[in-house]
Amino acid sequence: MKSGSSFAVRWLQATSAIFSKDIKSELRTRYALNALVMFVITTLSIILFALGGEAASSELMCGVLWIIIFFSTMSGMSRSFVSEEERGTVLTLQLMTRPSTVFFGKLFFNFVLLSGTNLLSIVLYLVLITNFVVRTPAIFIVVMLLGTMGLASACTIIAAIIAKANTKGTLYPVLSFPILLPLLLTVINGTLLSVEGAPFTEALEEVQILVSYFVVITAVSYLLFDYVWKD
Amino acid sequence: MALKLLLGLWIAAIIVVGITFPIVPVPQAWYEFPLIPGLENKARIMLFHVPMAWVTVLAFLISMGYGIRYLVKKNIDDDEKSAASAGLGLLFCVLATVTGAIWARFNWGAFWNWDPRQTSIFALLLIYGAYFALRSALDVEEKRAALSAAYAVIAGATVPFFIFVMPRLLPGLHPGSGGSGPLMGGTMNATLRIVFYASLAGFTALYFWMLNLRNRLAKLRTHHESVGG
Amino acid sequence: MTTFVLDGRGLKKQFNRRTIFHDLDLRLASHEALAIVGRNGSGKSTLSKIIAGVLSLSGGEVTLARNGERIREEAQLEHVGFVAPYLQMYGEFSAWEHLVLFRKIRGATASDEELAALLLRVGLLGRKDHEVRVYSSGMKQRLKYACALLHRPHLLILDEPMSNLDHEGVEMVLALMQEQLATGMLVVSTNEERDTQFCGKTIDLNVFSDREGRAR
Repeated sequence: MKSGSSFAVRWLQATSAIFSKDIKSELRTRYALNALVMFVITTLSIILFALGGEAASSELMCGVLWIIIFFSTMSGMSRSFVSEEERGTVLTLQLMTRPSTVFFGKLFFNFVLLSGTNLLSIVLYLVLITNFVVRTPAIFIVVMLLGTMGLASACTIIAAIIAKANTKGTLYPVLSFPILLPLLLTVINGTLLSVEGAPFTEALEEVQILVSYFVVITAVSYLLFDYVWKD
Repeated sequence: MALKLLLGLWIAAIIVVGITFPIVPVPQAWYEFPLIPGLENKARIMLFHVPMAWVTVLAFLISMGYGIRYLVKKNIDDDEKSAASAGLGLLFCVLATVTGAIWARFNWGAFWNWDPRQTSIFALLLIYGAYFALRSALDVEEKRAALSAAYAVIAGATVPFFIFVMPRLLPGLHPGSGGSGPLMGGTMNATLRIVFYASLAGFTALYFWMLNLRNRLAKLRTHHESVGG
Repeated sequence: MTTFVLDGRGLKKQFNRRTIFHDLDLRLASHEALAIVGRNGSGKSTLSKIIAGVLSLSGGEVTLARNGERIREEAQLEHVGFVAPYLQMYGEFSAWEHLVLFRKIRGATASDEELAALLLRVGLLGRKDHEVRVYSSGMKQRLKYACALLHRPHLLILDEPMSNLDHEGVEMVLALMQEQLATGMLVVSTNEERDTQFCGKTIDLNVFSDREGRAR
């Protein structure tokens, strides 16, 4: 017989168990972490070489920052679902818990992974790109946080979808990019505003869009996940 | 049979009318189109480009609808219909993008400008491409149906963002964007309006006719496979 | 006494328009065991997974009821234990970590002592802290039994129960089967007669396909 704890408590327990399993597994094998860190460093190096010491406009550098973030996301964020498929542990999880715990556990894992990667990208960017100065930090922080949330949300459901397909690697960016377009455009705009030193009130529209994007995509993903995950 | 011929004549008539009716500053005769300042002869493409763009969106919505129906009822025929509609949507999307780019070249100088509507139709083209790339990477019918339906729904969830959000964020070059009001309503005279709506109806009918053909073909194919093949 | 009943009417499964089985009925009550037999490719694993609730049906439904009351689909998981050769474990975790993790995911109430006793029962207590990566296939199979039993499921489903097991392992599983029958239900999917010796009921999937795999 089950203990007296409520459904919500057990749901949270299961979700956090999935989350910690993924974290623990990642720390031991470091598959995604290695790919992500190396990707950020490599891409940034290429960009610095390409600039050749010339200072590019800060508008351009805002866009480039998000190019780095987008492609590093593509290189490492599908891991949490693809590894379960490749190792055949999907059945193991299906036997133990309802799909929603897997979805939210891995969504949170992806968010943590992406936050770490983006933090690295941002720090390196601020240090190495001299004319990239954030004049309104409030906008920058909020836009980055909400952008990472939206990115994690969209990339989690797409990862769940492509994990079941044959050509996972190339399919991931192909499916993700159109879905992410509204997010990327908004986020680049917001970053631009923060670099120009605009007051926070000017970025309210971007913030609204980012919040609604995250809510909509997460809600739709949650509703669809059962159909994607279950056989 | 008669309907097919009627459709063919309808579309032919629209093409002929669209190309030949003269454009004059102050239309007097019933067969004359008004001159829209800044567009002149280039306005003709509006009769074809807008209906194509409309049909590609319609096709996507119908594809998504059949996808949802599959997820609920698990009837594989719904998935076939979803894919059939998406295929037509892709066709019309390519046509709309190309006609749009031609217009852009003559109106604004370059084939591509990243105006919000141009970006949106491009995004829709990418979504269609992604949809078919996903389908080709899945062998098991049931999985292919479920996953492509799921992707269609997620893509559908981002459509409101394209429609409402993008024009607010990006400056628009399109007639009717950036606060200049819908061009279609204001400056069309009766003749142009009739031909425009006729074209809209014609292309929509063309889409449904082609969809019907594709669905019937799919049904014949599965019947053939299950009986003998 | 709690009694469970597993019930299935008009079960049908199709893959890519090929029918694996149709019009299949089954019924199992507490202290009963069901054998699923059939040649390779006849759908034994498919049916096992369907009964476990991890694979959907094309027609009909399988229900589990406790004391006459039907258990909701999502709640069925806590009453089912499943072992199969295609079930995989996480190579980077140890046996002990598996049990602790799975206990948390399932929300099961087994204490640490009970988990240790389980590992002892399946003969893995001495190797409990080694990563599963270095286990032999026989040891992995034993771990699967531990994982399938940690939540004391009423319904135990075993697909090819003796795969990768040595003589001792086989004896262990036969004993586990008897224990399971004493407290719950058992489903065994296999072609080995030795493995189905406790099964009172049988489903033969050979009736649905001929030797070349063509549907009947």
